[in-house]
Amino acid sequence: MAATSLDTRAPRQRGLRIGEAQPGRRRSRSDLGIALVFVAPALIGFVLFYLVPTVRGIYLSFTKYSTLSLADPKWVGTANYEAIAKDPLFWNALGVTLEYVVINIVLQTALALGLALLMHRIAKSTIIRGALLLPYLMANVIAALLWFWMLDYQIGIVNQIIEWLGLPRVAFFGSQEWAIPTQALINTWRHMGYTALLIFAGLQAIPNHLYEAAHLDGASSGQAFRRITLPLLRPVLVLVLVVTVIGSFQVFDTVAVTTQGGPINASRVIQYYIFQRAFTQHDFGYGSALAVILFVILALVAFIQMKFLRGNESDLD
Amino acid sequence: MSATTTVRRHLPPVRRVTRGRLNGRRVIAWALLVLAIAVSVLPFYWVLRTALSSNHALAANSANLLPADFGLGAFQRVFGLQTPAEAVAEGGSGASINFWRYLTNSLLFAGITTVCAVFFSSMAAYAFARLHWKGRNAVFSLFLGTMLVPPIFTALPNFLLVKNLGLLNTMLGLVLPYLFMTPFAIFFMRQFFLNMSREVEEAAMLDGARHWRIFFQIVLPNAAAPIATLALLTFMGQWNEYFWPLLVGSDESTRVLTVGLGVFKSQSPQGAPDWSGLMAATLVSALPVLILFAAFGRRIVNSIGFNGTK
Repeated sequence: MAATSLDTRAPRQRGLRIGEAQPGRRRSRSDLGIALVFVAPALIGFVLFYLVPTVRGIYLSFTKYSTLSLADPKWVGTANYEAIAKDPLFWNALGVTLEYVVINIVLQTALALGLALLMHRIAKSTIIRGALLLPYLMANVIAALLWFWMLDYQIGIVNQIIEWLGLPRVAFFGSQEWAIPTQALINTWRHMGYTALLIFAGLQAIPNHLYEAAHLDGASSGQAFRRITLPLLRPVLVLVLVVTVIGSFQVFDTVAVTTQGGPINASRVIQYYIFQRAFTQHDFGYGSALAVILFVILALVAFIQMKFLRGNESDLD
Repeated sequence: MSATTTVRRHLPPVRRVTRGRLNGRRVIAWALLVLAIAVSVLPFYWVLRTALSSNHALAANSANLLPADFGLGAFQRVFGLQTPAEAVAEGGSGASINFWRYLTNSLLFAGITTVCAVFFSSMAAYAFARLHWKGRNAVFSLFLGTMLVPPIFTALPNFLLVKNLGLLNTMLGLVLPYLFMTPFAIFFMRQFFLNMSREVEEAAMLDGARHWRIFFQIVLPNAAAPIATLALLTFMGQWNEYFWPLLVGSDESTRVLTVGLGVFKSQSPQGAPDWSGLMAATLVSALPVLILFAAFGRRIVNSIGFNGTK
């Protein structure tokens, strides 16, 4: 749901405008004192649980620190990063995570775009949107368990249907080649409707007179889609992609509840590997270094998407 | 949407022609939409159907659309109303699970964090939207920037902090990082305050009312609707939280429902999982969100979209 908040440009401009119209009207004095009181609790939270941990996390990534011993973190320079570069489990986790992200994002975005267009064309009712949103409101853990049951090899309903169709049963969670696609499918199911709603909101913002004009000019609906819908929807699509890709890279819950990284290493995604290193093997320095790498990857991915898909330019102006 | 309707009214012939020609397409479109809705909603029926079945009958009736050997045993097992012997006889693990406690913990965790975070975030948002102070926009950008930090990155040091404070497996340790603010909540409320009319506040200010009184007596009551929406979104998000409670509150005493579900699943005896018990537990965990959704669905659905583009 944090997705709602990424477009900060418009509001900030608006805020400035209000601020500029105001100064010195009645009160030339600054509200700094009272403002501090209002911001104080949030500021405490920000410093204690966001700012300091960020700095501390980076520091820990350069240390050897076992949470089992009482010894303080010991500075080891870039040793953790060098070890990670040679760690086959890390490269495996990266590969597995990428496979997951690609399957998840391609399927999810395609389905969501299709659904959003369908809703925009034929049905805008809140009930339909609500029904599509339902999976997203469930916890990841619930989505995982629900599909863990439905996709069970022996008596799951999905394998039952597959057998009726005359196909061989699929070990969705138990086979190495299916473990990651299965995780991707579960999360696609959970996020499809939500993503469709985000895109749908973008479609609603496209002025209808453009379509009417195109129609009067004899444009086909395919042409209207390519020349009007896609270009005008682009900023929203880019935001959706940035938000969903970042979320997708951090897949953890469904893996933790179902396959726990297995079979063998087939579904050990990067966040699960961090969790295992830091909390199962109590190697906090190494875990922190992995987390820094994940952070850098996410920042790069977001930056590249914004830059190459020109996410912060609108074609509407 | 209103724009759409007006334009349509102006151009009835064009529309009608389009509709007639695209009839076949409309049927296909509806079919696809109905399929998507079915895929989204039907799994929940399957959870209910399984929860009302008995484990021993599930294997033989795996494709039966109705509950297999209908009974409430699974729910009794989840709430600890069966003796271990009874539970084992029905395919449960016999280990004690206390969903009442998990339910209470989840309610406390989600409730406390929602009330505090929404309140403190609204206060901060007021300062960011209405008060004039040096560095306001810089501080706000910093706050927003925290949304880009992946939760796992701060989770490791936060875990150390809570551990050093001796708060592991306490409710305080569980709620602490969420108590003071969420960047999203501040952004959300600031957005609303910026669009709120200033007139009443300015009149009150002329009367000499102080910011404190204006905030509590004018701003907050006027913001009841967005606060309700924000509280709903925050509560559901916290209810579904898994990673942090797993790290900090995995003990029986502070276990929340999501973590409890994971434990319940791994308790299943070798070979034959307690499917009906697991699905009953899943349903119980989903129930509060389902109730909220039934009551406030429209508010939740309409809150989704990028604020800046509306």
